[in-house]
Amino acid sequence: MTITINHYLIVSLLLFSIGFTGVLVRRNFLTILMSIELMLNAVNLNLIAFSRRLSDLTGQVFSVFVITIAAGEAAIGLALTISLFRQRKTLNVEEASTMRG
Amino acid sequence: MGGALLTGAAGWLFVAFAVLALASAVAVVVARHPVHSALYLLVSFLLVACIFILQQAEFVGAVQILVYAGGIMVLFIFVVMLVNPQTVETRSFQHQWDVALLFLPVFLIPFIYILGTERFPDLPQKLDAFQSVRGKPAGNTEAVSWVLFRDYLLPFEVASIFLLVAMIGAVVLGKRSLEKMD
Amino acid sequence: MRQLIWTIPLFPLAGFLCNGILYLLSHRTRGEARAHGAIDPGGHAPALPLAHEAPHGPVPFQSLHTAIGVGSVAISCAVAFGAIFDIGLKAFSAGASHAITLYRWIPLGVNQGVGQLHGPLKEWVVDVAFRLDSLSALMIAFVTFVGLLIHVYSVGYMGHEEGYGRYFAYLNLFMFSMLVLVLGANFLMLFVGWEGVGLCSYLLIGYFYDLDAAANAGKKAFIVNRIGDFGFILGIFGVFTLFGSLDFRTVFGAAAANPAAYAGDITLICVLLFVGACGKSAQIPLYVWLPDAMAGPTPVSALIHAATMVTAGVYMVARCNVFFRLSPHALMAVAVIGALTALFAATIGLAQNDIKKVLAYSTVSQLGYMFLACGVGAFSEGMFHVTTHAFFKACLFLGAGSVIHALGGEQDIRKMGGLAGKIPKTYWTFLIASLTIAGVPFLAAFFSKDAIKAAVFHAEFAELPWLPRVLYVVALFTAGLTAFYMFRLVARTFWGRFRGPSEVEAHIHESPASMTVPLVVLAFLSIVSGYLGVPILEHGNRIGEFLRPIRLPIAGMPERIHHAPLSTELALMGAATVVAAIGIYFAWAWYAKGEGRVPARIAERWPGVYRVVLNKYFVDEGYEAVFVDGLALGGGRLLWEVDATVVDLLPNGAAAITRGSSWIASFFDQYVVDGLVNGVGNSLQALFRVFRRAQTGRVQNYALVMGGGLFCLVAVYLLFR
Repeated sequence: MTITINHYLIVSLLLFSIGFTGVLVRRNFLTILMSIELMLNAVNLNLIAFSRRLSDLTGQVFSVFVITIAAGEAAIGLALTISLFRQRKTLNVEEASTMRG
Repeated sequence: MGGALLTGAAGWLFVAFAVLALASAVAVVVARHPVHSALYLLVSFLLVACIFILQQAEFVGAVQILVYAGGIMVLFIFVVMLVNPQTVETRSFQHQWDVALLFLPVFLIPFIYILGTERFPDLPQKLDAFQSVRGKPAGNTEAVSWVLFRDYLLPFEVASIFLLVAMIGAVVLGKRSLEKMD
Repeated sequence: MRQLIWTIPLFPLAGFLCNGILYLLSHRTRGEARAHGAIDPGGHAPALPLAHEAPHGPVPFQSLHTAIGVGSVAISCAVAFGAIFDIGLKAFSAGASHAITLYRWIPLGVNQGVGQLHGPLKEWVVDVAFRLDSLSALMIAFVTFVGLLIHVYSVGYMGHEEGYGRYFAYLNLFMFSMLVLVLGANFLMLFVGWEGVGLCSYLLIGYFYDLDAAANAGKKAFIVNRIGDFGFILGIFGVFTLFGSLDFRTVFGAAAANPAAYAGDITLICVLLFVGACGKSAQIPLYVWLPDAMAGPTPVSALIHAATMVTAGVYMVARCNVFFRLSPHALMAVAVIGALTALFAATIGLAQNDIKKVLAYSTVSQLGYMFLACGVGAFSEGMFHVTTHAFFKACLFLGAGSVIHALGGEQDIRKMGGLAGKIPKTYWTFLIASLTIAGVPFLAAFFSKDAIKAAVFHAEFAELPWLPRVLYVVALFTAGLTAFYMFRLVARTFWGRFRGPSEVEAHIHESPASMTVPLVVLAFLSIVSGYLGVPILEHGNRIGEFLRPIRLPIAGMPERIHHAPLSTELALMGAATVVAAIGIYFAWAWYAKGEGRVPARIAERWPGVYRVVLNKYFVDEGYEAVFVDGLALGGGRLLWEVDATVVDLLPNGAAAITRGSSWIASFFDQYVVDGLVNGVGNSLQALFRVFRRAQTGRVQNYALVMGGGLFCLVAVYLLFR
């Protein structure tokens, strides 16, 4: 089966959409964070696919950076989760809407 | 060779990996218990790592497993456990799930069409690019690090500072109120 | 000596200043004693206040005041006579006069270098100048002499007053003003003196300033005088407009030389001048101040309101005889008013019960006589009567003062009587003066009044040929009334028995020499002064000849010299005598012999008439109602209304406009401006309320929106690649 770049793009797109959907619909804060990780994963996939297509190592290098940033962001997000949980005693993001105008 | 990236059995392997990754991704989003989500996410990470390796991005795939699967997911599970693992919401999806699910196909269908029919220009593929340094066969890690530490040194340093900041931030955010610290 | 005529008014002025300063210095801390006036319980006529009860303390600087006061007038009198004799009586008759110009007062002449002037002011100069001609000589002669006598009398009469110095100061000021009036060489000097005597009249009438009656009388005199002065000054304006000068010689010469040029306008001027004379000389309708002026000290009444000030009007008319002779209508008016006043005042005098009031009305009546004379062109006869009147009226007033002094302040003749034996000097002088005024033959007023009556009898008025006869009858009748009321006064005061309280009777005493000597002198003059104008004899009319130069011949108007036949003259004299006799007889019969029973019966029979006459025909009340209440108070109220509405219309209107515009502005501000601002705010708020719904506070909503936006961007990019 011949896999072209297009297949990769579609897979990445689907993965990204699933992750984005999870961000939009889930109420548990941790689940949202995990969905964000999914989205980052999709981006990585895209980068690697193009890196292969263009025979350029830049894509892979960038993937490494993305992973690094994802790690940092996950740490921060989880710290926030802890903090939010201590404040509200719940992980329901709908409870965290005090900034409503 | 045109735009082909994988052919033959590798192609079918990619298909299998992709489908499973997508399924587990869906499971992440759909699962009721966050621990289940976390586990499905872990599976998803592993499968994506496999896809990476299929594309001769061994270093990245290793990093993915080490950092993502081994580090981040562990963190996630720690936190899930920390935050009362018995907590199960009665209704998992929040109120705009209908809007979001409506938005999804609106978003997906045109993009799939576009991306599916997009023609990228033909470029010669040098498979050796990923495993050679200055023409000499080296290995993917060496090749990646050669590019990383020469061409992208600055971003690398910035990334490390970012990690430092993130660490400090996580500590600050995670601690209890100041008065309770002596 | 003639060079010194300017000093004649100056000595009294100096006396005024010295006395005044001395008085002020000595009275800085002390006030004067209060006086109480009793109200006459009988009738409704307000009585004069009783003589002010003076404190029996020594008057500070009394002898000094006396010396200055009397001395200044004495010197003035001496200088006056000296100047007169220096020029010479015969010279006066020939028209001599001497003028002294002290300095140029208003130098609006072209040559004076006071800018270029236009119109009638081009060459107008007024000097402070005195002219001594026959008329002014006659005036200063009796003014200074009678004034001197009265000053001497005042020494005794006012001897116990604390305000002695003030009295003499004012009296001196009066002498000064009067002398300026008669010596003035132009209308403006005359007017200065005119005003001055008015002022002094006010000051002296109101001498007893703590008495309401006196203060009010002073004000009344001044105000009524002022009305007359208004006419007078308009007349002076007229003279100036017509002639371009105010100097007597210039003006009268111009008028006499060229009568046709002035014939029309001169009537108005004469009428205006006569209005002034009415005010000063108490003719109808401005006589009302004179009876009230009796509230002042009696010597003041004698000097000012009998002998001198009130005759200033006659003097002025005589001085302006050229004008009046050019205007037959004005002369008619003068004659008619004079006659009317004479009659009117005499009728009032019949019913009065206060000595001084009777004499006051008598003065008004006699002044009417003088104006009647002037009105028929008999100016010198008028002046003749002025002179004799000065003597006998002063004598009568001073005698009345002596009576009042003797009775300790009583002025009501109903409480007098039988004083003839007790105060003989007063009695005899009073009697002589009364006989004179009654017109008893060979006494002074007989000649002067007869001269007037003759002139009236022979007068001719072109338009009203019957007028002289009527006026003659009036004059004759008035003479009878005069005799009657004067002897009523004599009878009630001196004859019969004393009707007053016994304690007053016990203190009746003759006045001191300072008072009786002037009485005697005046009585003597009352007898002899008539011989200035004996009609029948060849050069008998000395006064007429003396004053002849004043009566300038008018071009184109020949002098009518009426040489009436002797029989007519005698007939007239006889008529006058008969009338006088009738008057005296009835007075004696009703009041002396009859003890007043007949008049009392008459008063009972016609109480209304009696009341009207006693109350002076309610003229004062009428004036008060019309002018004081009506004009002044009503006018004041009207002006207040005008001020409150019209004049205040401006600020009130401005206030209303301001309120209105501020209301508009506030309305505008509230609804339009604020409406705009608030509207902007409100609409924006409504707008934002719409937008606020996007701020749900839910991150996932934000994420959805961001996704949507991202999608759009990418779509746009891809579509328009």
